[in-house]
Amino acid sequence: MTDLTPRNSGHEVDDQAQQRSELETVRDVERYPVPDPGLPEHLPRLSDVDEKAADRATRQVATMFGLVPVLAILFVVIYFAVPRDAVFLGQNAKNIGLGITAGLALMLIGIGAVQWGRQLMDDHEMVDHRHGAASTKEDVEYVLRELDAGTDESGIRRRKVLGYSLGGALAALGLPLIVSFADLGPWPTKRVRAATIEETIWKEGIRLVHDVTYEPIKASEMVIGQLVNAQPENLQEFHGTEYLQEKAKASIIIVRMDPNDIKIPEERRDWQVGGILCYSKICTHVGCPISLWEQQTHHLLCPCHQSTFDLGDSGLVVFGPAARALPQLPITTDAEGYLVARDGFSVPVGPSYFERDSRGDFKGE
Amino acid sequence: MAKPAPTVQGGQDIEAHVPQKELGPVFKAASGPARWADERLGIATLSRPFIRKVFPDHWSFLLGEIALYSFIILLITGTFLSFWYKPSMAEIEYEGSYQLLRSVAMSESYASTLAISFDIRGGLLVRQMHHWAAALFLAAMLAHSLRVFFTGAFRKPREINWVIGVAMLGVGLIEGFAGYSLPDDLLSGTGLRFVDGLVRSIPLIGTWAEFFVFAGEFPGDLIVSRLYIVHVLLLPAILLGLIAAHLALVVYHKHTQFPGPGRNEGNVVGYPVFPVYAAKAGGFFFIVFGLLTLMGGLMQINPLWTYGPYNPAEVTAGSQPDWYMGFVEGAIRIMPNWEWHIGGTTWSWNVFLPGVGLLTGFFVVMAIYPFVEQWVTKDKSEHHVADRPRNAPTRTAFGVAAMTCYGMFWIGGGNDLVATQFRVSLNAVTYFLRVAVFVAPVIAFIVTKRICIGLQRADQERLLHGAETGVLERDPSGSYSERHAPISVGEAYTLTQYKQQPALLPAQDGDVKAKEMRVEQLRRRASRFFFIDDLRKPTRAELEEAAHHGHDDDHALTDGHEGNGHSGNGNGHHSIAAGTQQNVVDQ
Amino acid sequence: MRFLSSRRRHPAAKALLLVLGLFVMGSLYAVLAPAGQSSADTGTSQQVEEGRALFAVGCSSCHGLNGEGQSSGEIQGPPLAGVGAASVEFQVGTGRMPMARPEAQAPVKQNRYTPEEVAALAAFVATLGPGPEIPDPSQYDPAGLSEEEIARGGELFRTNCSACHNFEGAGGALPGGKYAPSLYGVSNQHIYEALITGPQQMPVFSDGVLKPEDKRAIIAYLNTLHEQPSQGGLELGGLGPVSEGLWGWIVGIGGLSAIAVWIAAKGTKAK
Repeated sequence: MTDLTPRNSGHEVDDQAQQRSELETVRDVERYPVPDPGLPEHLPRLSDVDEKAADRATRQVATMFGLVPVLAILFVVIYFAVPRDAVFLGQNAKNIGLGITAGLALMLIGIGAVQWGRQLMDDHEMVDHRHGAASTKEDVEYVLRELDAGTDESGIRRRKVLGYSLGGALAALGLPLIVSFADLGPWPTKRVRAATIEETIWKEGIRLVHDVTYEPIKASEMVIGQLVNAQPENLQEFHGTEYLQEKAKASIIIVRMDPNDIKIPEERRDWQVGGILCYSKICTHVGCPISLWEQQTHHLLCPCHQSTFDLGDSGLVVFGPAARALPQLPITTDAEGYLVARDGFSVPVGPSYFERDSRGDFKGE
Repeated sequence: MAKPAPTVQGGQDIEAHVPQKELGPVFKAASGPARWADERLGIATLSRPFIRKVFPDHWSFLLGEIALYSFIILLITGTFLSFWYKPSMAEIEYEGSYQLLRSVAMSESYASTLAISFDIRGGLLVRQMHHWAAALFLAAMLAHSLRVFFTGAFRKPREINWVIGVAMLGVGLIEGFAGYSLPDDLLSGTGLRFVDGLVRSIPLIGTWAEFFVFAGEFPGDLIVSRLYIVHVLLLPAILLGLIAAHLALVVYHKHTQFPGPGRNEGNVVGYPVFPVYAAKAGGFFFIVFGLLTLMGGLMQINPLWTYGPYNPAEVTAGSQPDWYMGFVEGAIRIMPNWEWHIGGTTWSWNVFLPGVGLLTGFFVVMAIYPFVEQWVTKDKSEHHVADRPRNAPTRTAFGVAAMTCYGMFWIGGGNDLVATQFRVSLNAVTYFLRVAVFVAPVIAFIVTKRICIGLQRADQERLLHGAETGVLERDPSGSYSERHAPISVGEAYTLTQYKQQPALLPAQDGDVKAKEMRVEQLRRRASRFFFIDDLRKPTRAELEEAAHHGHDDDHALTDGHEGNGHSGNGNGHHSIAAGTQQNVVDQ
Repeated sequence: MRFLSSRRRHPAAKALLLVLGLFVMGSLYAVLAPAGQSSADTGTSQQVEEGRALFAVGCSSCHGLNGEGQSSGEIQGPPLAGVGAASVEFQVGTGRMPMARPEAQAPVKQNRYTPEEVAALAAFVATLGPGPEIPDPSQYDPAGLSEEEIARGGELFRTNCSACHNFEGAGGALPGGKYAPSLYGVSNQHIYEALITGPQQMPVFSDGVLKPEDKRAIIAYLNTLHEQPSQGGLELGGLGPVSEGLWGWIVGIGGLSAIAVWIAAKGTKAK
């Protein structure tokens, strides 16, 4: 066993601790019922005794390394020569080609290096002695002594006010630091909330239009069992960030059901037109847009976390983690028969938040 | 360094490994520049402790390396990507080469990611390598932490390193989330929408947190650039620091090793860093790099051109986050819809508990486990030899139970895919999992503990009766028995090397101070729960007696022997106390 | 003969015999199985009568002899008045109808009717009440659309369809064991018919609201999407992060663990 005791490493090696650990397995009968028999005899590998085997291994490693420049050049060729939309076995040829050449090149270096280490490098096991994680007694005492001396020399013991005032000064710096982040975003006071998350661009008279095409929707064109993904017509006035922000609240779905098959509460009789009902598309759980509508069961399933709402029962939750009914938009038709909003939403749309007054949500009858 | 610097003439006498060998020509040539550097940096003294550092050899010790190498590859591929990626949410019309999105309105970040995928040669390969490396980074960290847990390598002196590891797992999780939100495609935008709802639901401070994170309403125009800085600067810097600390501690404490002949708590047996580990570990780096390159070229990940740009009115069936957030996603899906409406306030437990609650709980429980176990065992000694998982049955059972609980949540995260792939009802899967997250871990705990005890019994058999040889003998009376061969001393040492923890009897008056009595009783109850089922290690005397009897058994075939070739009582053990349970100790 | 009999105990004999047996049975079945009836008749009223006859045999046990429907008992079938010829062409053409057994959803299976028989059934059901007609090829043929229009079809697809059918049209889950099926390999005609008839739980997307040119754009987008080569490699099912995570673990951690076992293995010893 080779003694690899490091010197000058800053750790004092406790000679007695070394010997203690070796003898421990012999002497401590209770802890070690079987004493340590020592390292097993080193058995040579084939490449250690057979020169031909060693040469073979050397050739293997050298070949693997030797293939790498070939693959590297192939990579360059593919990079420049293969057209961007070439197809190979139904897939993008360039991506496959670059991936395979570079990937194999890297792997061959790795496999070659490992094979070299396994077959050809000396594989005698070495033993290193552990030292305890704790510092030596001398080091600990020295440091404590010097810390004490330094503290004395600083005078802080006699003049305690120095320490207290420094601590207070440093702590006080926390205030400007924290306050400097106060403009990370607008403060969601009641007024700001009312103007942002509690407000949509739906107002009385706004037409419902088909999402993407912005075409208005005639009530008579909707058949029973139809689903329309819709938006307010004034969404087109917004662009960029504002457009996304308004869309994230104003998106709606319109469904037509047979009025005899569904429950329409008295106070919502004029929120619908002949079985055509309009609901917010934004899930009340965490805000995914929902349009998985089952025509026959009237259930609306959110694909994110499977909250299910019954659109034939004012959007009440029938399954899943959502806790509140889907807000309903009151609609009617205008003079030409197109669907328009009768009013905005009666409750904030989208996910819950602490200050949300959820007493206005539909709870069922 | 603690010691004063050496004097100029001569320095220390360098103890070479093979003192007789002459230094080769390469070393002679390199000695000039090396001396130049050494005279300014003292590199010889710096490298001396490390140049032949010994590392033990076991395949499971390479899992942490997979994580480290994945991180390095993330840095390399990420730097490449950052040369083309634009972290801007400004809206533009697409004019790139992917015709299925021609003229579609999208953010600049999405458009730049499309450019990387289609217009930069090799860009798609690097982007996919980056994403696969991220998945592998977190998977390797999890696998590595499981290895450390099941071998008890978190015990003194490595508790701090364990906590650092847990921190890296958490930071890595957030880093991955920030990363896959950067392209601003439909799937990642849906994920951001989910985070918006999650943050908003925090009781008391939710809207404030939401408005501060998104600079206003969702989505705002700053979230992508904020996540960009988090992803490329803040979190990588923290991770690099944690990795440096983690590796420094591994070097200082030296790696743990599995029990075996020649190995004890006072040494580490293996191969030197230079040259063997330079070859094996360095080679492994290239293998990991190569495999990730192959995956980037052959396996598609996050084809964001088919998802389209983020649109708050669009969603895809099968919306899931990357795998490492799957357990949180599952918890959110199976959670019942508990929400309190108190006056004008809303307390959304249905989102807060599985979201913030589960995440915090997961990392807290993981981080404090070493300290809990230390409190139960009051074991203050250092541990450098890894436990075989069977020798710590309760710890192993806890680990498997935790994995099962995590696994149930993980399945929940893909419950819609479970429903479609296995043709079962989506609702049924959800109801099943609501129960399974509590019941399955308990079952897993019981089963695992029993398996471990069973394995301990198998070890006990080998120790006392030797290995089964498969050779049958028939004695003159006609009964068959199997011949056993004694195991080697090396194996016997390996099987008995672990430190057995005692299960403690309840404390008597006077054992501890009166005010500590309740806590001490609780601790002893816990130690009984942990250790009372463990088999007691046979003593040296019992082993010698068993070996003696074993010899006799081979030859003597007098009566008193049962058909199994042993003499003694009904359970086949002739040593009265060895192999029995109840290692209860009155302390 | 001796060649075979002397090898009757050959290790491969059993396997070969099994293969031979299967081959023989398969050939016999193909030769002897009853072929579907073919009918070359034209003419609407004759078509309707043929359709009525086919309907009586294959559909009436669930839907009633006049398509009036059945809602009691174990075997139920909705009334077919007003579903239109397009519904029949879709349901029978994709093999969904007749259902093999009562279950949550009618799965796609092999269609056993010839195109003439399907047309006859459709003609008959169309007489039960006015409903969506079988679309004209010009309505669902995507040829001639510009790249911008196809891209717009993608936007329409992601707004209206991907929530159920997934971003690639690979399908998705619905409550109670139902599902939105995969759109791979579905003909353009059937896509159009599904949109206008709203089969089972799928909503209706009538031509009055989702205009025919919008439907054409969606069909064009799906065709282009499914025809284009995969850009990044193996698609792993097109199911998103779940399959990516699964394969990442298997290939990444599994593969690298196997390699790690090799790296740390002691290897053969010479003694």
